[in-house]
Amino acid sequence: MIEVKDVCYTYEAGTAMAVNAIDHITTTIPDGQFIGLIGHTGSGKSTFVQMLNGLIKCSSGQILYNGEDINAENYNRRQLRSHVGLVFQYPEHQLFETDILTDVMFGPKNLGLSEEECRSRAEQALYAVGFKERHFTQSPFDLSGGQKRRAAIAGVLAMKPEVLILDEPTAGLDPMGRDSILDLVSELNRTRNITIVLVSHSMEDVARYVDRIMVMNDGHFILDGPPTDIFVQVDKLEEVGLSAPEITYVLRKLKARGLDIDTNALTYEEAAEEILRHRSQLEALRTRE
Amino acid sequence: MIQIRNLIHDYLRRDEEGNVEGSHRAIDHVNLDVHPGEFIAILGHNGSGKSTLAKHINALLYPTEGTVVVDGMNTADEQNLWKIRQEAGMVFQNPDNQIIGQVVEEDVGFGPENMGVPTEEIWERVNESLRIVEIEHLRKKSPNRLSGGQKQRVSIAGVIAMHPKCIILDEPTAMLDPSGRKEVIRAARALNKVEDITIILITHYMEEAIYADRVFVMDEGRIAMQGTPREVFSDVDRMKELRLDVPQVTLLADELRRKGLDLPAGILTADELADALGLKEETDVRKQA
Repeated sequence: MIEVKDVCYTYEAGTAMAVNAIDHITTTIPDGQFIGLIGHTGSGKSTFVQMLNGLIKCSSGQILYNGEDINAENYNRRQLRSHVGLVFQYPEHQLFETDILTDVMFGPKNLGLSEEECRSRAEQALYAVGFKERHFTQSPFDLSGGQKRRAAIAGVLAMKPEVLILDEPTAGLDPMGRDSILDLVSELNRTRNITIVLVSHSMEDVARYVDRIMVMNDGHFILDGPPTDIFVQVDKLEEVGLSAPEITYVLRKLKARGLDIDTNALTYEEAAEEILRHRSQLEALRTRE
Repeated sequence: MIQIRNLIHDYLRRDEEGNVEGSHRAIDHVNLDVHPGEFIAILGHNGSGKSTLAKHINALLYPTEGTVVVDGMNTADEQNLWKIRQEAGMVFQNPDNQIIGQVVEEDVGFGPENMGVPTEEIWERVNESLRIVEIEHLRKKSPNRLSGGQKQRVSIAGVIAMHPKCIILDEPTAMLDPSGRKEVIRAARALNKVEDITIILITHYMEEAIYADRVFVMDEGRIAMQGTPREVFSDVDRMKELRLDVPQVTLLADELRRKGLDLPAGILTADELADALGLKEETDVRKQA
């Protein structure tokens, strides 16, 4: 569990340029949750997630991981980074070894594990993200965009994280690459109970996968709750440069044009069910013409 | 405006001594005509050849076989190089890689300055370009303080200032948040409708392709589908086969049709769905109320 207590982060503190990138945040991330973190570019999402794994230190406040202050002087932050894994934006730019297996072994090696342990962890991680043994000796640079990204995720998984933070893992991927990454993340959450924090610009992805949405603006959370509660607040989302999923707008349009439906559905399948519930109204409308 | 005839492009793989080891056919016998003032969208999964095709249009790549003619000029003829790059401007995915100036107006003026345009006219062009993409208020700002959508509009303004007849946008919204995506697509549509510039938009967002006059879908270096957005998106199954999506509203309409509602294929907007369902115009509903 991660507890965030009244945390601030100030860039260029003490100068005239000081900006509060994170502004008094208090929240809790329980084990096993699948969280979607949304907010426009520059709202503070990346700063926030980098504080969670100790890459940057908060200017004030406290972050507790399983009850311990991660910024305490004698806290083992290297260990923390293996528990709270962070997959950066465009992680494929960080692949550098001559073959995939060696690349994925890099993280565990840094933890000081034995060669054997590193290899077995790397292999397991690569299998988990869908690679076969014959891929292990391939150069990371010969992979497709989606494969590279999966290799990069394997690099973090090999550290056996309890929390996995992904900063826009699907940016630039085609729809199939996107689905394969998100299905993978969702499976890690369900089968291994890994806590997931997914930073995303795609409202459709967030609507389809997560349990909880946190909406960030100007360095703090303005909304926090299950997707159905968040996406009904379309006006508030648009005010901060976001939107609801495409399908929400479609349902609102149908409602505005007289179909008496509930606009809470977040996926097209749910929306179809909701519309079909009103079949009789639709048929009545048609016969009236 | 653009005639592509029997275009083939092979990427060569070389070993350490520079000998050709093998080749990969990225473009395989493509024929494509773009007429002046058209808005074209190119879709396709990662690695399908979209970007390779686009790079032929402004002579960043040359055909292995076949010809590409831009506004009467063959791209294989070196004499035409600069003229072609000025007439067919290109905007890439990552705005941070294409902005060079310290101040917005300086960045936008860089292209025309490089072309040897007289100073006075450079300023006229800068003013006009900033106006078209609606960022006049940002002209004195430093580009690295802007949002993603604003940066991408600076890149577009920089291209417009070269007075191109055609602009190729290669996944210009992949790295942007929802409001940034809207800004960029609005700018592209305005360039097409108001300034009559030919637009070629490469994207993974199906919702962005519905504004195009014609859509081309690429697969394995060939054109797998082409037609109006309605024609292309009507074939939901074929699009899925090609590892692509269709817009959410099209999926919803398709699902409703499968469940027995009598709807036409290729519904692209919420209004079209409402019409097809027999719902009255919004204004009529209000009048009745």
